[in-house]
Amino acid sequence: MIKKFFNQAVDAFEERTGLIKFFGDVMRHPVPPNTGWWYVFGSAVLVAFMMQVVTGIALATRYVASSGSAYQVLEFITYKAVLGNFLRGMHFFGASAMILLVGIHMIQVFLMGCYKYPREFNWVSGVMLLFVTIAMGFSGQLLRWDQTAVWATVLAAEMLGRTPFIGTYLARFLLGGKTLGGATLSRFFAFHVFFLPAAIFALVALHLYLVIHDGISAPPVPGEKVNPKTYRAEYEKLLEERGVPFWPDAAWRDVVVAVGVVIAIAALAFFVGPPDLGKPPNPSLLANDPSPDWYMLWYYAVLALLPRGMESVFMIAAPVAAIVFLLMVPVLWNKGERHPSRRPWAVAAVLMIVLSIVGFWIEGSIAPWSPKFDAQPLSAAQVGTTSAPIVAGAQLFHDKGCEFCHTIEGQGGMRGPDLTEVAHRLSVNDLRIKIANGGGNMPSFAGILTHDELDNLVAFLESRVTMPPAKTASAAGAAAVAQSDPTRAVDGRKP
Amino acid sequence: MASETQEPGRGEALSPERRRFLGRLSIALSAVAAAIVGIPVVGFILGPLIAPEPDVWRAVGAADSFKPGETVSVSFLDPSPMAWAGVSAMTAAWLRRLDSGGFVAFAVNCSHLGCPVRWLSQANLFMCPCHGGVYYADGSVAAGPPPRGLFKYPVRVRDGQVEILASAVPIE
Repeated sequence: MIKKFFNQAVDAFEERTGLIKFFGDVMRHPVPPNTGWWYVFGSAVLVAFMMQVVTGIALATRYVASSGSAYQVLEFITYKAVLGNFLRGMHFFGASAMILLVGIHMIQVFLMGCYKYPREFNWVSGVMLLFVTIAMGFSGQLLRWDQTAVWATVLAAEMLGRTPFIGTYLARFLLGGKTLGGATLSRFFAFHVFFLPAAIFALVALHLYLVIHDGISAPPVPGEKVNPKTYRAEYEKLLEERGVPFWPDAAWRDVVVAVGVVIAIAALAFFVGPPDLGKPPNPSLLANDPSPDWYMLWYYAVLALLPRGMESVFMIAAPVAAIVFLLMVPVLWNKGERHPSRRPWAVAAVLMIVLSIVGFWIEGSIAPWSPKFDAQPLSAAQVGTTSAPIVAGAQLFHDKGCEFCHTIEGQGGMRGPDLTEVAHRLSVNDLRIKIANGGGNMPSFAGILTHDELDNLVAFLESRVTMPPAKTASAAGAAAVAQSDPTRAVDGRKP
Repeated sequence: MASETQEPGRGEALSPERRRFLGRLSIALSAVAAAIVGIPVVGFILGPLIAPEPDVWRAVGAADSFKPGETVSVSFLDPSPMAWAGVSAMTAAWLRRLDSGGFVAFAVNCSHLGCPVRWLSQANLFMCPCHGGVYYADGSVAAGPPPRGLFKYPVRVRDGQVEILASAVPIE
């Protein structure tokens, strides 16, 4: 009785909407056989995006997009709201997963030549999705609205400001005025929860429509070239003869991976948790070391390593060139071989890009160019002597900021070279000249150090090559060794 | 006219000219409706680009409280604080009292990418935490990637108070 009523209700619904047949046809549309595990990343991205929508809506029920209140709200969500910390973690790792999976999906599509005829426009929509996804990640980082978010906003405005002619306008558009303040956060909030998701929904709809319209590309086979004149007929024939329904023949793998993605995100959210909140978003607090979230860290490193004077060109030209190149990929190479074994340059290009990004990412995580402001003065044991000039030099090494950029005795920054054994490389005179004149990434200390201070600093640096072995000896004995080193020439240079 | 004949069970058939006219009319009317909604929306969103935000003099302390030769950070409200901005409406500058008695105020933003530079009082240097840019006490570039010296704000002393002209985030 109940079953009969239910069936009647379903029939009535279907008769009036046709949705069951529509979605049934979509889910059971024929796909090439043996698509395998390489084809799961697109749906994994979609699942990650859906997680972002769901967790984002939940977070939005508590979030207040006010520059004056958002930080306190974040504190509440993180430390007091029921499951708030977990949800923030899900949203953060969901964003990370989305960006990572978009990258993997893109590499898979490129290496398998899936972007070739007739799927060029799907590649284009995918490229647009990539950049909108990155914009979502960046705007999301800013919604954290702590001091790092504030300075990241300033950095973004500065970068946009380098655009010729319209740079200032773009920067003001981003900030919501000529300074960071009340209008900035609500602007990012609107972009993060309305504009950009709307764009993603529209682009995903287009992307999926094109997947249905042009079909899922068959796994590439060496020697089977794409010929736009014959491709459609060959594809139709393949589906007719060997095609399998998407659901469940191919979709089960998507489901397995999607569930894996959800579990991984939840596990990271639970065990690792969301990024810590920084200090309050007060731009007048200057003791801050802003850095982007992990996925932009490689770009941050690139900006640090560019030759001086190239930033303005690079900041504008490189993203534009990247977008143009990616959009041109299916225009330039829309036919021919698809299998990676027959496209060594494609493989080499992917390898080069991936290795470059990983390399820059590692460098960015180390950030050797950042001064180490928290470097402590060398201890008496490290100085290893009571010689007044050397002790004074060691103190100067810290006070004058040398130690923020140079490592000595395993302590200090990495901006400049390790100076523990600098006396082996430079004579006393060379050291004096280098310190006084500076050069490259080192300032001139001629107007900063007095003559005596320079003498003490050089004495300290010179003493390092003799002190380390003498660390276990008495300080006085070590000092004596330093004073009477017979191997040292008159000009201080080692023979 | 043949186009005006009415077939049984069908609506009045329109002439091709009339169809074209009505099609274009519909598109034009839709465009008008879109403009009525779209222009104010776009104008509202782009408003900050054209809205006047005059610079404002902000007092940062009594002139006598700053020692000659010293550089200190001073914080003040930005030129256009909004009521709901909270602490994000604050901004800062590095204020140096010259030995001659005058003042110079440097923007805290590194000219490389805008990060907040720090003043190392014992080294007499400004140093940027982001990419290691270094500036001398007069704001000129000492080392690293900055393409130019620190930006400066106009400073004046009025009624014994040092005032800085609070203005836009320095972007070039």
